[in-house]
Amino acid sequence: MHTLFHIGRYCIFMKGLFLKPEKISVYYKQIKLEMIDIGYGSLGISVLISVFMGAVLTIQSVHNLVSPLVPIYAIAIVTRDAVILEFSPTVVCLVLAGKVGSSIASQLGTMRVTEQIDALEIMGINSSGYLVLPKIIAAMLILPFLILITMFVGIGGGWMAGSITGLINSHEFRRGLLSGFDTYNITFASIKVVMFAFIITSVSAYQGFYTEGGALEVGQSSTRAVVWSSVLILFMDYVLTQLLLI
Amino acid sequence: MKIEVKNIYKSFGNKQVLEDVSVTFEKGKMNLVIGGSGSGKTVLIKCMVGLYEVDKGQIVYDDRNFSDMDFKERKHIRQEIGMVFQGGALFDSLNVEKNIMFGLNMFSTMSREEKLDRVNFCLQRVNLPNVNKLFPSELSGGMKKRVAIARAIAMKPKYLFCDEPNSGLDPRTSIVIDNLIEEITKEFDILTIINTHDMNTVVEMGENIVYIHKGKVWWEGTNHEIYDVDNKEFNDFIFASRIMKKLKK
Repeated sequence: MHTLFHIGRYCIFMKGLFLKPEKISVYYKQIKLEMIDIGYGSLGISVLISVFMGAVLTIQSVHNLVSPLVPIYAIAIVTRDAVILEFSPTVVCLVLAGKVGSSIASQLGTMRVTEQIDALEIMGINSSGYLVLPKIIAAMLILPFLILITMFVGIGGGWMAGSITGLINSHEFRRGLLSGFDTYNITFASIKVVMFAFIITSVSAYQGFYTEGGALEVGQSSTRAVVWSSVLILFMDYVLTQLLLI
Repeated sequence: MKIEVKNIYKSFGNKQVLEDVSVTFEKGKMNLVIGGSGSGKTVLIKCMVGLYEVDKGQIVYDDRNFSDMDFKERKHIRQEIGMVFQGGALFDSLNVEKNIMFGLNMFSTMSREEKLDRVNFCLQRVNLPNVNKLFPSELSGGMKKRVAIARAIAMKPKYLFCDEPNSGLDPRTSIVIDNLIEEITKEFDILTIINTHDMNTVVEMGENIVYIHKGKVWWEGTNHEIYDVDNKEFNDFIFASRIMKKLKK
């Protein structure tokens, strides 16, 4: 019953986002600001994670695929495909669910408990539309680009780790990267990221928007936002993989 | 110009917060809603501005039935409402200038210079010049309240709601805020409703006092009549302190 209540309220919340904006130019401005905040603000952590993810992936692949039957450039193939298909879109988005999701939930939660959202509503502004819609649109537009960068950086990290440790030289790594590359994988990853971006922003905004109480409840909303975003990302990852890759 | 509250009921779960509340607020008077903590006065104000939906009854703004309107229809009335919240409710991410300009940016067709002039006029009116670029976190409690008043009057409202405007302020600043609200009410000819439990405000400014107790209107009158009321709950609330008891004697 409790779950049904939240699903119903989430749907009503989503419907409320798409009422006619009060002033479209203000929304455009907000979208640009949110793109900078969500995209540029998450670049550092995303790149850092990707470098190490790619490096670890390469070293572990070497460790697991030591066989005279497996060509050494297969390590690069494994690294490339794992980074593009799963690690960059899913793992980085899980990290972003923590960073961006908790930030959105706590920001909206604080605005709710300090009556800032009430102040917007009294002015006649569609508060959910003004506060949430730009975040959702911004994330859906900017995160695919961010993830594309993390793909390059992740593969670069793998190449670097292979070269530095001498496990796979640059020539073999490059050969592996170009071997049997399917561009659909990038499309698939981008579709996943757009869906994940929607989940992170909308679920976190929902949690923050309906916060009741004080500082403690803002913290709880933030935690719930991260937990539910992560669970839904993993679930959607499975659904999309089943639908689009098989 | 008047706001009529007609037989409204509001409950949260099993708890009945407002029960058959009927009251009329008119322009030109300092309308005060008073009552103890948990009496339902904040809920009444929030029902009146549409932050809470009433279970039953009507809120009527100058013959316009606010309770029956949908979001779009209410938008017009809401643009005629200014509200000063208890904590100010200033937008943390915006500086003072942008806080006051917010409504103008959203709804007016004024040029940037005209909006800036309006902001400066409002800030001058609340005696806060040269704070345009400060953020809410850099303001004192009294300054926040004054900026909140400036934001509330920026859109030239017809109706001004103040939810405990002098809570958390020292007595001197409280009087400054009270006087400011009174001056603004008379100067701009608006209908003002103040939700308070500040006895100084009640005694000094209460031209129309509505006392709410246990979710019902318990007493209505003026500040001159409060000394002659024969109502235990009301007297216990108003004359709770020694100084107020002395004043009554």
